[in-house]
Amino acid sequence: MPTLNQYLLVAGLLFAIGLTGVVLRRNIIVVFMCLELMLSAANLTLVAFSRFQPNAAGLPDIHGQMLVFFVITVAAAEVAVGLAIIVALYRSRQTIYTDELTVLKG
Amino acid sequence: MLMLFGAAAVVLLPNPVASAMSMVASFVGLAGLFIGLNAYFAGIIQILVYAGAIMVLFIFIIMLLDLNTDKKRVPKMMPLFAGLGIVIAFTIQLIGITSTHPNRAMTELNLPAAAEHYTNKLPDPEKPGNTLVVETQISKNLRNNTLPDVHLIGQSLFTQYNLPLQILGVLLLVATVGVVVLSKKQTL
Repeated sequence: MPTLNQYLLVAGLLFAIGLTGVVLRRNIIVVFMCLELMLSAANLTLVAFSRFQPNAAGLPDIHGQMLVFFVITVAAAEVAVGLAIIVALYRSRQTIYTDELTVLKG
Repeated sequence: MLMLFGAAAVVLLPNPVASAMSMVASFVGLAGLFIGLNAYFAGIIQILVYAGAIMVLFIFIIMLLDLNTDKKRVPKMMPLFAGLGIVIAFTIQLIGITSTHPNRAMTELNLPAAAEHYTNKLPDPEKPGNTLVVETQISKNLRNNTLPDVHLIGQSLFTQYNLPLQILGVLLLVATVGVVVLSKKQTL
């Protein structure tokens, strides 16, 4: 039987991998995908806590899974808006590499 | 394991299409973990929404922008080390916390015992003072030793979480309109 800390460790590693991608990659689409990985890591901790903290009836606590539901929905909306922004950015600048976006550089 | 390898491949592969594909693998592994945690509904919507809809959107945009493999560019050393330093510090903290924090083992779910909590207790119309126990769909499923995950989530979604649900609907509408406005040709 896996324990709570194992799930938390896996979720943390997933978050760390996503963070690595956000910090190190230059391609803005890959950065965006890694952002999704980090959101999923948060979802995994929520589901793990809901399973390991049963409610009064002894079932998994449903409120954690409700929060996962809302997070997934908001993430879907966020991806749609973000990708539209990336397309608009590509139209105006012809690049999707973050180190070539130097408009704000003095 | 599948999930962590997939996630690592997202970061390491140079080709955006390859990282999108490995991200699908990562999400499928994550859905497997959800199902192992008795969160069947969360696992299913993880596959449907993430591995289905969101990844199609990503691949569509990659095709639309006609991206090819990252140009081999020499990464600047300073941001590389700073970023890796943050991540390694985070991982060390994480391992430290999970090894010192009191652990908790997974307990078996006793589904038939939980059925009592989900029956409807109504006052008996014939004998006042008596209560009539009415079986609901949830308690029937629990007595049959199946976890009525979707019923439980649906019930709390439309009772306790009704207002957030409506706000979420408005948010999705706003996002749709916003995307349409953003992707129109700028005609100012």
